Amino acid sequence: MTVDQCTALSDVLLQMEQAARFSPCYLAVHVMPLLIAAIPLSILLTVVSGVIGNLLAVPVALARVNPNPLLWMPSYVFILLMRGTPLLVQLYLIYYGLGQVFGDIRIGGEPLMRVLPFLRDGIWYAIFALSINTAGYTGEILRGAILAVPHGEIEAGRAFGMSRWLIFRRVTLPRAIRICLPAMSTETVLLLKATSLASLVTVYEVLGTGRYIMQQDLRYYEPLVGGAIIYVLLVFVLTRILNWFERTLNKDREQPVATAGGMNPAKA
Amino acid sequence: MSSESSLIGLLGWGAAGWSDELLAGLVFTVQISVCGYIVGFLLGLLGAGAKLSGNKLLYRIGDLYTTLVRAIPELLLIILIYYAGSSAMKTALLGIGLVGADFQVSAFAAAVAALGLIYGAYLTDVLRGAIQAIPKGQIEAARAYGMHGPLRFRRIVFPQMIRFAVPGMGNQWLNITKDSALVSAVGAFEMAFAAKSAASQTKEYLFFYSIAGLLFLCLTIVSMVVLTRIEKRANRGVRRA
Repeated sequence: MTVDQCTALSDVLLQMEQAARFSPCYLAVHVMPLLIAAIPLSILLTVVSGVIGNLLAVPVALARVNPNPLLWMPSYVFILLMRGTPLLVQLYLIYYGLGQVFGDIRIGGEPLMRVLPFLRDGIWYAIFALSINTAGYTGEILRGAILAVPHGEIEAGRAFGMSRWLIFRRVTLPRAIRICLPAMSTETVLLLKATSLASLVTVYEVLGTGRYIMQQDLRYYEPLVGGAIIYVLLVFVLTRILNWFERTLNKDREQPVATAGGMNPAKA
Repeated sequence: MSSESSLIGLLGWGAAGWSDELLAGLVFTVQISVCGYIVGFLLGLLGAGAKLSGNKLLYRIGDLYTTLVRAIPELLLIILIYYAGSSAMKTALLGIGLVGADFQVSAFAAAVAALGLIYGAYLTDVLRGAIQAIPKGQIEAARAYGMHGPLRFRRIVFPQMIRFAVPGMGNQWLNITKDSALVSAVGAFEMAFAAKSAASQTKEYLFFYSIAGLLFLCLTIVSMVVLTRIEKRANRGVRRA
């Protein structure tokens, strides 16, 4: 290392030292508005990946409970891969790996990346990774729930002359979703937190914006603390919404409010 | 695109291949996971103790700790603890006079601190549930025998708690090995970081991230096998109907 490099390095260290002092004013005036502006992107990532992932989870779970090895084995491997490797590695594999593949493809002499410029944007890869990851985790949860549907209800459907598809649509799936609703709520909160990984592939959601401010201003605490505050609030609101949703779907199973005389014991 | 033989060449040892780097990354991943887990376990014991102490203030502190860690993304916490924690550690060590001004907190210490703090919160709730699953009568009986607090904990609470905690602790172990990949974001040389540097230098992204994924998968599968054994052993004294 030359003397010049040493001075440059110590300058940077000095700046970092100064940035180590926490300023609530800077946090409120400069950082928070930028971070709040990034909230919609975090929510968008959560909602889009959540919807796609949960929809994909249905065929994954169905294949997993099927006795045919050609169906359950691929599903088993998929779930193992999604749950057995870090989301970070999955994301890198998809973002950089697909980027490598797409970089080699040419359409009519033109590079694919130039024909479809949106392929350069990290957000598609982030949504893809988050969706299949959610599909793996929720697929496993849904599998347990499908197996937990009381057999008598399926037999009753059969006795009514329902077709297998109709039984699945009207009996098994709605029942299974209700059974795994609490686990799916937990999964949704984890998904919201996992969207922060998108910041690693140049998506400027809340953490990505925070990291950008860190690099621009060389201040560490305010962007991170601001981001933490926002995530805590988002999780709080999301938990409220999910609880409300759970209560609404399970309205008929609500514990009756204790009334004088203890009416309708059969329902409890 | 390179041919298959050159891809295998990339996995060689020494300066030309990347196997030694990947292996060093794997060792680092296991090290920070184990050390972080131990720190987390100790914090979890403290947290569970605080939440069950019956003291309102201690309960509030424990509850705030677990709520915050559960709500804040692990990646953000790791970056925050890495920067804040390393400067706080440095200040503290400087203050005691243990180290000189040129001291730098190692990536290893920062990663362990970050993972330990995060998993301390998750293990708090696992251990709290396990302690609550111990029949109350046993603790009362120990008290009736005149056992003092630490002895009661060592002989009655801890051995039974571990049995109830094993499944939850196993899950958290699987999670910590995967979350340890996140410390690559702050430049710690663990497996994902090793794969990243190999991939960006050779431009073989697909290949090296697949290798890293496979290594993580092996770690998960080995852990699952070991955990099943531990679970069996923890339940050896229990009769099954």
